[in-house]
Amino acid sequence: MIIQSIFFYIFSFIAIVSAIMVTVSRNTVHSVFFLILDFVSISCLFIMGGAEFLGMIMLIVYVGAVAVLFLFVVMMLNVAQQENAWFQSKKSKEKTSSHIPIGFLISVIIFFELIIVVGGWKFKPELSTDLNLSLSIGETNTHSIGSVLYTDYIHLFQISGMILLVSMIGAIVLTYQKREGLKRQSYFKQISRERDTSIEIVDVEKNKGVKIDA
Amino acid sequence: MSFYYLEVLFVETYKILFLILPILTAVALIVWLDRRVWAFVQKRRGPNVVGPFGLFQSLADALKYIFKEIIIPATSNKIIFILAPIVTMTLALIAWAVIPFGENLVLADINVGILYIFAVSSLGVYGIIMGGWASNSKYPFFGSIRSAAQMVSYEVSIGVIIINVLLCVGSLNLTDIVLAQQNLWFIVPLFPMFVIFFISALAETNRPPFDLPEAEAELVAGYQTEYSGMMYAMFWLGEYANILLMCAIGSILFLGGWLSPIDVYPLNTFPGPLWLTLKIILLFVLFALVKAIVPRYRYDQLMKLGWKIFLPFSLFYVVLTSGFLLYFDLLPNK
Repeated sequence: MIIQSIFFYIFSFIAIVSAIMVTVSRNTVHSVFFLILDFVSISCLFIMGGAEFLGMIMLIVYVGAVAVLFLFVVMMLNVAQQENAWFQSKKSKEKTSSHIPIGFLISVIIFFELIIVVGGWKFKPELSTDLNLSLSIGETNTHSIGSVLYTDYIHLFQISGMILLVSMIGAIVLTYQKREGLKRQSYFKQISRERDTSIEIVDVEKNKGVKIDA
Repeated sequence: MSFYYLEVLFVETYKILFLILPILTAVALIVWLDRRVWAFVQKRRGPNVVGPFGLFQSLADALKYIFKEIIIPATSNKIIFILAPIVTMTLALIAWAVIPFGENLVLADINVGILYIFAVSSLGVYGIIMGGWASNSKYPFFGSIRSAAQMVSYEVSIGVIIINVLLCVGSLNLTDIVLAQQNLWFIVPLFPMFVIFFISALAETNRPPFDLPEAEAELVAGYQTEYSGMMYAMFWLGEYANILLMCAIGSILFLGGWLSPIDVYPLNTFPGPLWLTLKIILLFVLFALVKAIVPRYRYDQLMKLGWKIFLPFSLFYVVLTSGFLLYFDLLPNK
């Protein structure tokens, strides 16, 4: 048990420190790397808690896909050294952003939500037992998550999938532009070319030449 | 009490060393094999001077890399620049922890083995992206951006292919996946998936014909341009260890892992690791042949292949497989 608690504290410490470093570090790319470290240590905590399926999915989805896209955006936009100011200053022409007040508001809301959730769990423990989650000991947690998700919560699961689909289509529609004069490759056209339509034998008169693309 | 933990630590370290040393040796040998196959196709001799048949060529190369100077560019981001090859190499090696070489012959027999491998291989993109960004130079950056987009795209189709196999097995454990193939290897019912897995594995490991991140005519050497000496060698080792890993996964998912091809007397007494090694070598020779034969893809063709052909086809095959299993009542673990 001692070893388990030592590892638990190590992972929690790394998770908290890296979460702080995400907001503190001045280089945006470094923040993203700290975010990745945070995700990895949290998935280690999931695995230690016996939820190995959630831990692995956390790694695959957040670290393997979401954080890569974050890193992409941060690297491509070249916001590595952006200065953050509390409010947009009108005097200085330097690039400053005024995300801090909005970010502060959102973090205050999330903080109160967390207080409500944790408070409810602390002072009314029967709330979570009312959910009636029966987990049998014998089966792996992949099986138990599947058997709950695809039976009791199938509608919620489908609805969340639909929301993701709609947002994906929306993002594509919003950013799609039809560009003119673009040459696209069509395998079908390339393969179905025949000799008759592509080659022509022309008798050329001396010192006259041939005019192509008439 | 404390001696118990020390004993566990000692035994596990011993096991890990027993796994890592053969893998590193195998990496050195498959580099040699790769070059020999390549030379064979092009009617050259390939490395044949150092040792018998040139077997020690990789060893000589490694010695050369060790004695070369490590140059760190002045404008690079030094910590991330040094971390990148270490991340690549570590991730290529830790995935081997769950590969079963025989029944009960596995370092960590975890319930979510295939997900673990998938997660680790999806982390592999960070070594490349870090190296490319930290070099602070345009060719490495282009190379790493290309490579990241390519690996993220092909991971999706590999994930869907794994779902196909899992539908037939009913477990995420790699040992269970192999044991489910005792009667019939999955290459027979899922042959189209095996082909797509093979091509996606080529793309995932940045092998030719999908080696756009290192397209030497356009990008010098891609994300490795600024690296030299031992750090370059670590990238290179990590790359080959990843290729070996992909071959191992391919043989576990489709070729029956450590099982013998036919269950008859002299063949099924051979040890499991031998069969697995033979299958890995077979797949790797295919990898090497593709490198020698097929010309490089264009970038838009690569993306088109991944997203517009492989992904819809493998999704369709998931529907087909699950429909078949449901209709004929063959679903595992009811």
